[in-house]
Order: sequence, then C-alpha cells, then structure tokens
Amino acid sequence: MAVVNKPVDVVIVGFGWTGAIMAMELADAGLQVVALERGDDANTEPNWAYPKVVDEIAQSARNGLLQNLSKTTVTLRHGKDDTAVPYRQIGSFKPGQGVGGAGIHWSGVHSRVMPEELRLKSHVTERYSAKFIPKDMQLQDWGVSYDELEPHFDRFEYVCGTSGQAGNIQGRKIEGGNVFEAPRSRDFPLPPLADPPTSALFAKAVRELGYKPYALPAANASRPYVNSYGCQLGPCNFCGFCSDYGCINYSKASPQTTILPALYRKPNFSLRTNAHVLKVNTDSTGKKATGVTYVDAAGREIEQPASMVVLAAFHLHNVRLMLSSNIGKPYDPETGEGVVGRNFCYQVLNSVNLFFDKNTYINQFMGAGGVGQAIDEFYGDNFDHGPLNFIGGGVIWGRQTGNGPVRGIPLPQGTPGWGSAWKQAVKDNYLHSGRIEAQLSNMAYRGCFLDLDPTYKDAYGSPLLRMTLNWQDNDQRLSEYVGGKLQDIGHAMGAKSMSGRIIKRGTDWDTRAYQSTHINGGTAMGTDPKTSVLNKYLQSWDVPNLFVLGANVFAHGIGYNPTGMVGALAFWAAHNIRSTYLKNPGPMVAK
Amino acid sequence: MKFLGRLMALMLLAIVAVGIYGVWNLATTVPPVAIAPAIAQRQPDAAHGKMVAILGDCAGCHTAPGGEPYAGGVVFAIPVGTLYSTNITPDPDNGIGKYQFADFVRLMRLGVAPDGRRVYPAMPYTAYAKVSDEDLQDLFAYLREQVEPVPHASRAAEISWPLTMRWPLAVWNLAFHKALPFVPDATHDAEWNRGAYLAQGLAHCGTCHTPRNFAFAERDTDGSSFAYLSGASFAGTAPINLRGNEGDGLGRWSKEDIVQLLKSGRNPHSAASGPMAEVVGFSTQYWDDADLSALAAYLKSLAPALGDHAVFSPDETTLKTYLDGQATSTGARIFLDSCSACHRLNGQGAMTAFPGLAGNPMVQSRDPASLIEVILAGSRLPSTASAPSSMAMPGFAWRYDDTEVAALASFIRSAWGNHAPPVLPGQVTDVRHRLGAE
Repeated sequence: MAVVNKPVDVVIVGFGWTGAIMAMELADAGLQVVALERGDDANTEPNWAYPKVVDEIAQSARNGLLQNLSKTTVTLRHGKDDTAVPYRQIGSFKPGQGVGGAGIHWSGVHSRVMPEELRLKSHVTERYSAKFIPKDMQLQDWGVSYDELEPHFDRFEYVCGTSGQAGNIQGRKIEGGNVFEAPRSRDFPLPPLADPPTSALFAKAVRELGYKPYALPAANASRPYVNSYGCQLGPCNFCGFCSDYGCINYSKASPQTTILPALYRKPNFSLRTNAHVLKVNTDSTGKKATGVTYVDAAGREIEQPASMVVLAAFHLHNVRLMLSSNIGKPYDPETGEGVVGRNFCYQVLNSVNLFFDKNTYINQFMGAGGVGQAIDEFYGDNFDHGPLNFIGGGVIWGRQTGNGPVRGIPLPQGTPGWGSAWKQAVKDNYLHSGRIEAQLSNMAYRGCFLDLDPTYKDAYGSPLLRMTLNWQDNDQRLSEYVGGKLQDIGHAMGAKSMSGRIIKRGTDWDTRAYQSTHINGGTAMGTDPKTSVLNKYLQSWDVPNLFVLGANVFAHGIGYNPTGMVGALAFWAAHNIRSTYLKNPGPMVAK
Repeated sequence: MKFLGRLMALMLLAIVAVGIYGVWNLATTVPPVAIAPAIAQRQPDAAHGKMVAILGDCAGCHTAPGGEPYAGGVVFAIPVGTLYSTNITPDPDNGIGKYQFADFVRLMRLGVAPDGRRVYPAMPYTAYAKVSDEDLQDLFAYLREQVEPVPHASRAAEISWPLTMRWPLAVWNLAFHKALPFVPDATHDAEWNRGAYLAQGLAHCGTCHTPRNFAFAERDTDGSSFAYLSGASFAGTAPINLRGNEGDGLGRWSKEDIVQLLKSGRNPHSAASGPMAEVVGFSTQYWDDADLSALAAYLKSLAPALGDHAVFSPDETTLKTYLDGQATSTGARIFLDSCSACHRLNGQGAMTAFPGLAGNPMVQSRDPASLIEVILAGSRLPSTASAPSSMAMPGFAWRYDDTEVAALASFIRSAWGNHAPPVLPGQVTDVRHRLGAE
C-alpha cells in the first residue's frame, strides 16, 4: 500500500532544464509545485569544484554525471525484426541523471530552429512536391510556428546569458552573424566568445570558399552576466571541460546557474531527490491524471496526487512513462497506427579530424563547449534539394571543445593505439590538430520507433524502453553530400591529413561510439491526434492535465543542437499554461 | 612611625573593605532604569520593531541554523569556553515573557538581566546603549507580540571557574561602558546622523570592526577617534577596516558600492565572507535603501585610519610577469593553477560574479586571518533577494600545506599593487587549527 502525500497543484517529473523552467514559471504563478528527481542533488560547489571535477577518468570514462545503467536502461536494435539487447555501457548517447540533468554535462551550443523545419511536410510539398517525400518517411508539421516561439527562444537565451552575434534582427541582416537565421527580436545577451585557433582557421577557409561563417551561439558566458531571475554567471575561462563535466566556473548555463538560486527562494516550491517515478496515475475514465507514483530512496512506494502532471525527465523516460502509464495509443509499425513511440529520431554527426604541419599552432589545452564558427549554407532548406533528391541538412562547424588523453586525442590514421609510437604521435600532433563537424537532421521513418521491451525489466520491475533505429537511405545520402563539403573545408583549412567518421550508404548506427545525446521524438507534438501525442501547447491529446516536455516532442530530428528548442518549448508551454490553461483547465486545442 | 604604619594599614584595610563592599554592591544591585513618561505613554509599533530587529541583526545571534526564530542556541566558541545565545522569544519561563520594558532596557543598555546577573559583552549592549527609547520599545513590542514563544531553556555557557564568575563584569562595565545615548552631530546632515546612529547603535558595526584594548573593550564606541571601525582581530577572523584607507579600507569604494555589498553580499571590489556573509544574510539585505544609503554615507565620511595600513596603487607588473611566462614563485604558480580561472591573472575578478583581489580590503587586512580562512575553507555568498546566486569558492585546505598557503596569501597581498605584509606559515597553522582543517 503506497503512502499518499498531500495533494499539490503541480507535480513535475524530472528536474533538469525543462523541469526547472516549468517549476519556476508555475511557482511564479503562485501554484504549489513539487519536483521529483530520481538522482541526487548537486551544485557547483562542492560537486564540480576545481580541481576534483576535472577528472577525465571519473567523468568521461566512468560517466560520473550520467544515468546508472545498472538500474535502468534501454534496449537497442536496428530493425523491427531484430532482437533488442540492453544498452549496458554508455556509448552513442548520454542520458544525464541528478538535479540539472543533461543541463549539467551539455556542451552549451545554443541554437534555435529554422521556420520551415516546424512545417516541414507543408514546406517540402510546396517547394518540391508531395512525391518528393520518400514512401516510409513520416514527415509532418509540428503545429507551432517560429513566430509563435520567437519570444520564448529569446527568453531562454536571456536566461542562459547566451554569447553570440545576431545575423538577422527583425529582418535586418547583419554581417558576421548567421545571415540564414530566422528573424530574432534582438541581439544575443552577450557578445560571442573569442575564437580559438581551430575556429579562426575554419572561418578564414569557409570565407575563401564563399560561405558566410558566424559565431556559434554558446551558453558559455563571454562576460559576467545577471539574468532576469537575478541569477549570475561568471565569464568562461576556456578550460576545455564542458561536455561530460559540470562547470567549475559558473560560466556554462545550467539549471543550477540560471534558475535554481531564484526558484529555491520560493516557499511554494519543493524538490524531492532520489524519487524514481514509476507511472502517471489516471482516474477511472483514463482522461484525467491524478498524480504520480514514485519510489523513494528507502524503496517506499509513494503516491503524489496533483491537479496537473508535467513530464520533464530526459527523452527516454518521458516516452517510457507514457507507455507504462497507458496514456495515448502505442505506435504499431506494422499498421502505422498509434502515436506513442512514433517518429523516434536521432541526428547524424560527421566528424573529421584535421592534422596540420608544425607551423600551424592550435592550443588544444583550451576550449569551450559552445565556442566555434559555423556555416548554415547546407542547413535545412537553405540549398536546393531538387537535384539532390534528399530531404534535410545541417550545420557545419569548427569548434574547439578541449581534448585530453582519456577522452581521446585524435591522431592520424594508422597511428597505433598505445605505446611509444602513440606517445610520439601525440607529441607531434596535439598542438597541430583540429576538428570540424557536420551535424545533420534525421527524418522520421515508419520503421524507427520506441516501444516497451517484451523481455528486459529494470531494477524497479518496469519493462525497459526498446529503441528501434537505423540510418535510412535519405539521411545517408544527405550525409555523403555534406560529408564531401566537410572534406573540402578541411583541405581549404590546410590540413595535411584527415581522419574521422562520415556516415555513408551502408553505414549502420554504431551504438558503441559517442555521437551526441540528441535523440528525439516518440511523443511528437502536432496538429493531428492520429499522428501526434501532444497538441501544439505540449498538452496530451488524451489527458489534458498532462503536459510533456523535452526533445521527445520533436516531430523529426533537426540539424541544430536541440537544447535551445527544448528550452524555448518549455517556456512556450509554461506561457500558455499560465495565460490560458489555468483560467480554464481543459483541452487547449479541440481534438 | 609605628602609629603611622598602623594608620596606613587601617586606611588600606578600609579602602579594600570599601572596595569589596563597593564591588559587591555594584555586582548585586540591579541598576535602576527610568522610563521617561512620554515613552511610558507612547503606543509601541511592533511592525516597526520587526525592522528594528532586522537592523540590529538579532536573528544572527539568536536564531540557530535550522532552529526556531529567536530561540537561541547559536554557538559562540570563545578562547575560554563556549557560549550559547539565549532564548529571546516571549516564553515566560525560558524567554523574555516576564520582562517589563524597564528590564529589557536594562539588559539592552547595561547588560544586566532582571535578576542582576551580568551578561557577557558578546551581547553588544555597549552598542545597543545608543539605541533610542522608541526603537527599543518597538523592538520589545515586536519580540513580545509577533514572535512565537518557544519553551526551550537557554543552554548554559561551558566555561570553567573562575571565569564563570560574572561579578567582574560589573567592574568591567564601570571601567569601559559609559552607556551614553547617541547624540546627533549638528554639523552633519540627517542622512549622516541616521548612518552614525545605525553604525554605532543597532547595527553594532564596532563590535567586530573596532579594535579592542587589553581588557577586550572596544577602543571607541562613538566614532570620536581614528580607532573607530579601523579593523580588528576578532574571534579568529579579521573584520576589515571600514574607514577611508585606500588599501585595507573603503577609500576606493563609492557609496553605491557599499550599499550593493550590504544589499547583495557582493560588489565589484569584494564579497562578504565569514561572519559578514551572515550579517548580509540575516540583516542588511532586508534594510530600506534609505538606511543602507545612510550607513554608506556615514562610513564614507570616516577619515583614513592612522598608522600601519596597507596602501594600494594599481600596477601592471604582475600581469606582465604572467604574460611573459616569468611568474615562477610558489605563490604565483598556485594562483595561476587554482585561483586565476575566476579571479583572473589581472586580479580584477569579474564584476560581482568573482570578487577582485587587487585593492580588495579583506585581502590586504593587517591581520590576514580572514584571507587564510577563505583559502583554506572556501566561502559562500548568501542568497539574497537582489542576488539569489549563492556562489561559492571551494576550500583548498586539502590541497596546499601551510607553507604553500602562506606563499599564496603573501603573493595575493603583494600582487597587482597590493602592499600588505607577507603571511607566515604559522599564521596559516593557527587558522587551520581553529577550523579543524588539519
């Protein structure tokens, strides 16, 4: 018999970026808010204090900030006829755990979205034709427009103190910024970070090739900053420990640095850590959420009744909770019917290491997660896809994020992996190498989906989420095309040799090698309850007092890093809850 | 001769007898307190009394961490033992529930409880003596009417005989405590006078920031000399010089800088640490802007203290030495590794996020105890309404030994134009011992 807690207005499952944003906005509206986080509490000091956090073995090799896969994980397979096996070691993607979630170990690249991505099916049909869409590609519009989201992109950037250079302010194009970007209402809160050598070389080379480089927007503060909550950031010192690490310096935007100090002062907010949510409870009609059931650190099952439930955990857990709570119809790849688990997507990341001669000096001891120069000539539909006959695109960048011996120092092809030859190669190359990458969209396909695994259960007795995903022809051809551009840029930068990974036709998804944590989709937002789980306000079509946040709401995988979009969508949902839903709780869009 | 000798002996005896009688009398008599008729008839304002409690930082000493408001129990480790603050809730048996207003005034101004017992001057009655009748009356009304009674007995001090005897405090009072009211200075404006009233009275700045004499009495309680608020060594820390000195004082700070520090715990020059962080957390962050401004105006009027105080003259040499790769001393190397990410190689820090060290009064304080404590144990800013980020510096006691910390502190005290005397390893040993960070 579960312990039943006192009812609250809102229970939030998960306490990373989206949980913190929603908690802040709803506590600010005067609601009694409880957040449940399955991991531990954590803060800059003591958890990420210098020098102990700068430990590549503890953080990068042993995944100090990531989900404990021995307690709960997912199973993986390439196709619906394969047998899925558990993801027992962190590889391709890195789910976070603990207060702050993946907002602690992210790198800080802080992008928006292109307007046509949010109405991709309509856009492709208009510009090319309906027949241009491959048979198994489940393209659909997201139901929300860029213009609707713009104030919320802006809001999130100003919460994060994002460093960047606008390329389009209210339609006015600005040299030095991203001239392809959709109009923004004002400039970034902070100027761009200084370019490290790789980025400077990249910018020079692409300019010579006729492209228009821009400073990648980075949620690594270039100056001291105070946001609208009064929370403070200090300037980044380019220590090179962002991705995989908590920031020692209050420089990387995270819930801890930008929201929680103000949120924790509110008496109507409370946080419970080590609270692992098992399911969302619904009443006898199945149309109303009554709260959630969770297991606390002592193993007790506890019911938390609430008038409103917000799923704000990492992608995987939000989808798994929808499935195990029987909310929404599960997707069936055979019939193509059902919605929960549909449109599961990732991103395609091509990565090329460049090796220069001794006269090209690149200080690899420094870097920052978000710092870099990028081009958008091959993003979205910025180039004519007609003759190319594929859909999608992505961003190409020259970033410098910090390297280390345990994380892996890129070396020319053919170098032994250990011993004196490896050491000599490190000496020869460490200060004369760089990396450029292309991060590409990943479309939704009928055969790529999420469901509950029939075999494996986690430590709590719940079935594991099962991933069925592989690279499809459209995306492989996109990757080959942009991969070629990437190599052209490498040559233009003066690399004497290159190594790395470009996904081509015939390449399967390698779940062992780290790529990015940008998995998305599974509880898509949209206009049609037959193809989406949530309406444009991220409200469940089936259970109107349930809201679902995170990249799982994406209708397909965009080319940009998703955090900017995820944060903006959380502010968008919070805004509409405050301005509309609370006045008249019920469906905000008719079914 | 014999007669003369006897006479002298008798006289001495008489003097001693009178002395003993006098001290005994002094120590056992409850001094009378007169309440002016106008005050007796006045209607107290408990709501204003709440503000008086904040201005006086009553909670700082009388509310234990996690404890009930004003129920006492805050620990004061002093060289001769341990004191615990008292319960000042209106509980009749354990708090001040049975006090008459005159009893309250006697305690606040003379340090004498209703039963004649003397309180230790850890309770700053030497400053509260300057608080106006009206403020005391309102404070009393607040404590009586708006604070929840808590039935916890105050914990007895853990001090061994003979220091448990409190009658000598009567003599101490006679010698050092004049209990004079605050007298406005007609040559200054109302804001300055308000600031002086707050500093000398309710805010009791001098309790920590004014140096003390051989008998542990503040050398000046009314601002009449250069000693007032000129920095001290107190309870193992080094409260800074608040006078106009440009090195270890507030000479380079604007009035707004002072207001910002008191309101938010931080400003571009420095950050509150140690007990001052608690003062900001409990008290000054809640003050009216007008009172903060008044206190700042008063502090800015205090002429530089005389004598041996560090001077600051901005100097590029340290930065240049770093950029040339020539900063090879132990202190400079430790600073580069463990400190420069936030405080920067130019010692400027970053606005209010990371305090500057160049020209920082705490860094250059004559007694380096506070600087050593921050290096060893780290420091955390209070979360305030205007600056909620409770930013923290980690401690380095585990990483550096006393010689290294001394080298680092000496480097910081002499870099970028700072000119404070070097720190000796023994001084670090003492602080480490006090912190229990061996």
